Amino acid sequence: MAVVGRAVLVVALLTTLFGITAALYGARHGRRDWVDAGRRSVYALAVILTVAFALLEVAFIDNDFAFNTVANDSSLTTPLFYRAAAMWGSQEGSLLLWVWLLSLWSSLAVFLTRNRLREVVPYAVSVLLGFGAFFTSLLVFFATPFGTTTPAPTNGVGLDPLLRNPSMMIHPPMLYSGYTFFTIPFAFAVGALITRRVDAEWIQVARRFALASWLFLGVGILLGARWAYSEIGWGGYWGWDAVENAALMPWLISTAFLHSIMIQEKRGMLKIWNASLVLAASTLAILGTFLVRSGILSSIHAFGASTLGIPFVVLIAVMVIGSIYLVVSRRDVLRSEHRLDSLFSREAAFMLNNVLLVGLTFVIFWGTFFPLISEVATGTQSVVGTPWFDRYTVPLALMLVLLSGIGPVIPWRRATLAKARRNFALPLVAAAAMLIASFTVLPISSSVPTVALFCCVAFVFASVGQEFWRGWRARRATSGDSPPRALISMVRRNRRRYGGYIVHVGLAVLFVGVAASSTFSRTQFVNLQKGQSTVVGGYKMTNVRPTAAIVTDPTSTGALLTLGVIMRVTHDGRYVTTLHPVAQYYDDETGGEGPVGSLIGGDSVSTLSLHSSFRRDISAAIDAPDIQSELQGEINHANTLVLDERSEGAVAQTKLSYYLLAAIAGGYVRHPPAAPLKLASSPLVMWLWLGALVVFAGGLIAIWPTAGVSGRVRARYLARVAHELGRA
Amino acid sequence: MTVVLGILAITVLLVFIIWFVSGPLRHPASAAPTQNSQQRALEAARDAKYAEIRDTELDYRTGKLSEEDFRTLDRQLRAEAVEILRSLDKLR
Repeated sequence: MAVVGRAVLVVALLTTLFGITAALYGARHGRRDWVDAGRRSVYALAVILTVAFALLEVAFIDNDFAFNTVANDSSLTTPLFYRAAAMWGSQEGSLLLWVWLLSLWSSLAVFLTRNRLREVVPYAVSVLLGFGAFFTSLLVFFATPFGTTTPAPTNGVGLDPLLRNPSMMIHPPMLYSGYTFFTIPFAFAVGALITRRVDAEWIQVARRFALASWLFLGVGILLGARWAYSEIGWGGYWGWDAVENAALMPWLISTAFLHSIMIQEKRGMLKIWNASLVLAASTLAILGTFLVRSGILSSIHAFGASTLGIPFVVLIAVMVIGSIYLVVSRRDVLRSEHRLDSLFSREAAFMLNNVLLVGLTFVIFWGTFFPLISEVATGTQSVVGTPWFDRYTVPLALMLVLLSGIGPVIPWRRATLAKARRNFALPLVAAAAMLIASFTVLPISSSVPTVALFCCVAFVFASVGQEFWRGWRARRATSGDSPPRALISMVRRNRRRYGGYIVHVGLAVLFVGVAASSTFSRTQFVNLQKGQSTVVGGYKMTNVRPTAAIVTDPTSTGALLTLGVIMRVTHDGRYVTTLHPVAQYYDDETGGEGPVGSLIGGDSVSTLSLHSSFRRDISAAIDAPDIQSELQGEINHANTLVLDERSEGAVAQTKLSYYLLAAIAGGYVRHPPAAPLKLASSPLVMWLWLGALVVFAGGLIAIWPTAGVSGRVRARYLARVAHELGRA
Repeated sequence: MTVVLGILAITVLLVFIIWFVSGPLRHPASAAPTQNSQQRALEAARDAKYAEIRDTELDYRTGKLSEEDFRTLDRQLRAEAVEILRSLDKLR
């Protein structure tokens, strides 16, 4: 199997090399047949890598420990669900996932453009296959997922317990889909610049692919944040970690691109800027991939030090230098067709939005790479933390939220003062009302940035609400539709506009969650004996009783021992919820701790118990007690008892080990030490998740394919334009 | 036995890939005809212009443009659409 896997990867590499050559030859000599052979190479690559992916998946599911990746990232006690996802817990497996997704999305892009952008596609195919060749080469020469050991070990090390979370199945594939999707707008931008075809057709294609990558990467980031929030070891939903930042940067740049490409589409302006943005977004996506894999920056998400750094640096250098060369050498076709008519126009608002988004990206880039920059400058690595990021990102984020409310109410080209006064009245009143409420009704006046954000959010809600109301009223007047039908047809006929507005509202809601939860969360680290209570943010939390379970892990992650506490939560004497935080202990596959000690000698993980509501999240986590040292005497005694029964055989010994572990756990429950707890009360966290869902719903509406202009509408415009033509 | 099966599987995969990828080279006539690229670009520009006309109309109906501004802008956009249609006609 391993030999077949290695051979399949070599075939994949040869296919990419052939495809690149065929597509370029076809483009240079006008040979459609060679271009089509290149295009088919993309589909073939997807088939070949699907075979490779399936081979490795089968090895994981079958516990084939002859494969080094399986032995390092799975074990007999790893549940099937996590064995299926364990592949991307390793450097090699995740690289295979990366290039497999790249091949799938590339195939989709090549298929969707089969009858479009005839001159551009051959170069785009070459670039996509170039990425395929790069990553396949890494798998063939640097990090093969099909490496083997003979004789095969009888068991593996097991998947890192921190990765045993249902999100493991979906978060990495979504994040990688986002990263790999970014190569598509990059490839088509390179093709368009080489062939000097930065026209309306390219804009259509680039915008759609950029939106898809924005959507995928956004969902991937959200799933990661949700996972980090539920797992104590990851440090909350956002920790300004290098790898988190690396995913955010291309997302921000593509957000800027999605706005500024509209200026190019409508006014023929900002062509150099747009080409630069789309190329930069993809380069940042590869930079993010590099950060995860090279181990150059310390991150809890990274795979650690590896030999992949230099190939990635070469790839990034080629992308940066090539992009600069293309933009500079094609500046004649990238010249703007118009100038900005007025500083008070939607174009100007979009430009400001771009400046802010790029500024935000620069701040994050600087903070992320500061350890390297400081090492080069001073010889010692310095790290910037959350306060540093907050100092610069909060004002920029505030301005962005405000702009997302201003943009929808001003027209393209030029706004008049009279109209502006009318359109800004309601949003300004809403913001003023929120300001008053902040100092009277809402308990947020202690934080000026939060008050400012809430006012901006009120402004956005009012401006977008006003837009929906007026659009709906106009639609009803012209079509005579029923109210719900008018709303649906209004959105359906203007998906980009109203999808975008929904995204703005979603972001505003998301920021409310972020601001409130990061400013007004209350956290306590406390040791509570059975029956003791403490109050966190007005909520009384009582340690009711300890719990212990062996083998029957309630979260099905394969933990052999689970210790926890039942916590009762009340507010003003009223029952709110019962929480059950647990610490899970995993086995030590090496067996070095003795027959009983090894059952719990591996890593331990604390899982948050969460009560989520629209107003507040109440959570409790138990810091995994170090039972290896606390119960050392009992475990040593149990080990001796099991080893004394050697004559009874391995099965009897294993049974006895579990019985003794149960006895130790029972003793722990009868005489529990004070539970080390992290208790928190965080307001409006659910708004963050709901806001993100609204953002993605808006994105889906905006990306949903329209049937072009409908037949009836097209006929109407054709008639109008024909009338003009007759007069001209 | 496993090795033989492995070699067989790889050979089958390789043959299939070569057959599939070289299809257009063996049958050049089967390559799908595509429209003139300039025509496609103009059609995309035309659709974008129609969308812009609709956007402007919606801006007017939602109170962002005065009637005078709307008339001027609409006339300008339609003139641009006419130019695109003329260019398309020349190509056909």
